[in-house]
Amino acid sequence: MSEPLLEVNDVEASYGEALVLRGVSLTAFEGELVAIIGPNGAGKSTLLKVIYGLLRPTAGRVLYRRDDVTGVRPEQLTRIGLNYVPQLGNVFPSLSIAENLLVGSVSLPRTERRHAVNEMYTQFPLLAERRRQRAGTLSGGQRKLLAIARALVTRPHALLLDEPSAGLSPQAMELVFNKLAEVKDRGIAIVMVEQNATRALALADRGYVLDMGSNAYEGRGDSLLRDPKVTELYLGRSTIASSSTSTSAPSGINPPT
Amino acid sequence: MTAILEVREVVRAFGGLRAVDDASFDVETGSITALIGPNGAGKSTLFNVISGFLSAERGRVQFEGRRIDRAQPHRIARRGLVRTFQVPRTLTRMSVLDNVLVAATRHPGERLNGLALRPGDARRRERTARERAAELLTLFRLDGHAGEYAGVLSGGQRKLLDFARVLMAEPRLVLLDEPMAGVNPALGQQLIEHVLRLRTETGMTFLFVEHDLDIVMEASDHVIVMNEGRVIASGGPEEVRGDQRVVDAYLGTAGAQ
Repeated sequence: MSEPLLEVNDVEASYGEALVLRGVSLTAFEGELVAIIGPNGAGKSTLLKVIYGLLRPTAGRVLYRRDDVTGVRPEQLTRIGLNYVPQLGNVFPSLSIAENLLVGSVSLPRTERRHAVNEMYTQFPLLAERRRQRAGTLSGGQRKLLAIARALVTRPHALLLDEPSAGLSPQAMELVFNKLAEVKDRGIAIVMVEQNATRALALADRGYVLDMGSNAYEGRGDSLLRDPKVTELYLGRSTIASSSTSTSAPSGINPPT
Repeated sequence: MTAILEVREVVRAFGGLRAVDDASFDVETGSITALIGPNGAGKSTLFNVISGFLSAERGRVQFEGRRIDRAQPHRIARRGLVRTFQVPRTLTRMSVLDNVLVAATRHPGERLNGLALRPGDARRRERTARERAAELLTLFRLDGHAGEYAGVLSGGQRKLLDFARVLMAEPRLVLLDEPMAGVNPALGQQLIEHVLRLRTETGMTFLFVEHDLDIVMEASDHVIVMNEGRVIASGGPEEVRGDQRVVDAYLGTAGAQ
C-alpha cells in the first residue's frame, strides 16, 4: 500500500459550458479498494471518464505509477494496466460469453489471449459453465460479472467501476460485491463509484465523497460510515439503521460481516 | 378499497421465452405497491404491457374499471396512468425546465381556439405550470440546472428528471421502474417522504419496481413478488419477506439470515 498507483491532482472538466469537476484530487494505492460516493451530478462518473481518457480535463493531471497519463487514450491505458467497466453497455449482448472475453483480450499479445480467457473461467466458474451462451440472455448479476471479467482479462493493476450494483437484485448484488472482494484480494486496485454508499464504504479501504464537482470528505471507509455529517448528507436515514445493525442483527440487504 | 389497476392472466413471450407468464394481481387505489423479483423475472415487461408499450398476447389489464390492454401508450397516459423508465428517456436538446413542462396536461394554449378565445386563461395556466415545474425541480435538486440542456445531466439526475416529469403530469397511477437505482440515498429518502405525502394529500397510487429492500419495507404497504414471469407471492411487506418461496427465489442469503 505504499506506492501510489493512481493519482488525480486538481482535475477540472466540463461538458460544453457545464463545469462538472472543479478541482478534484484522489489517490489509489496498489491493491487498494477506493469508493467514490456523493449526490447525483457530483461528478463521480465524470471523474472515472477523465481517469480513463474518455474526457480530456481542462486543468489538472492524472498520474499512473508516477507517469503523467492525462489525456492518454483508453486503449493505451488498458495496455499499461488500467481498465474500466461502464455502468451500461459493458458487454456485447449478441456475442457469447467466450466471444466477449476474447474481444476483451485483444490488447494482450496474440499468444497470451487464450490463456488469459481461461484464467477468467477459473476465476468465474459461473461464466465457464455458460461460455457458449449469448451475453444478452444472461441475468443482471451474471451480465455484470461478465463485464468485470471482460475488464480483468487484460490483467489490469487497477480497475475503474461505475456503479457495479445498479439495478441488481439483492442476490445478484451479493454475487458482484463478493467477487469484487476476491478481485481486491488478488492485489488488483479498484476505484469504484457507487450509490449503494453504505455497502461500498463497508467494502472499501478508503472512500471519497464528492459534492458539486469538489472533494467534500475523504477517509477510511469505516470512519466515513460512522461520520454523522457524511451519514446525514449522503447516506440517508434508512442506511443509518441498516449499517448500525449489520454486525449484529439481520437487516434487509446487509451481508454477513 | 377498490382496485385502480387489475392485471388478469397476462401472457407476453419473446420468441420461446415467456417473459410474463399468466400474471394476475390488483393494485389498490391510494396504495404504494412494490413489485419485486430477480433480474429477468418479467417486471419491466409487465410495466411495458400495462403502460401500452407492449401488447399482451393473452389476458387483460383494467385501469379504473376500463380495459387498457389494447390502448396506445399516450392514450393510457392521458387517462392518468404514467410511467418512468429504468433507463430514463431524456429530451437532451431541451432545457431541464422544458423537459418537465412538456408533461403538463390540459393546457389551453395547446389548442388554437383555447389560445385565441381565452388568452388570459392560457397565460394563467402557463404561469401555474411554470411554478409547479420549478417546485418539482427544487424537490429533485435540479433547480440549479433548470436552464441548461438536459443532455448535460448525469445518469442519476436524468432519473430524477424523469420522476419529476411524471409527477408534473398529475397522474392518478404512477409506475416507477427502479426509481432509486443510481439515486443518492440521502435524496432517495426525501423522495420517499414526498411520495408518501403525495399519496396522503392527493390519493395518488404508486406501483414501483425496486431492488433495495429497505426502501420496499419502508415505503410500501403491499408487495407483489414475481419470478420467471409469474406472481409467486403477494401481501404486506413483512409477510412477504418471511415467505420461504420469496427467500429462495429472490433474497437468498442476503435476506434470509
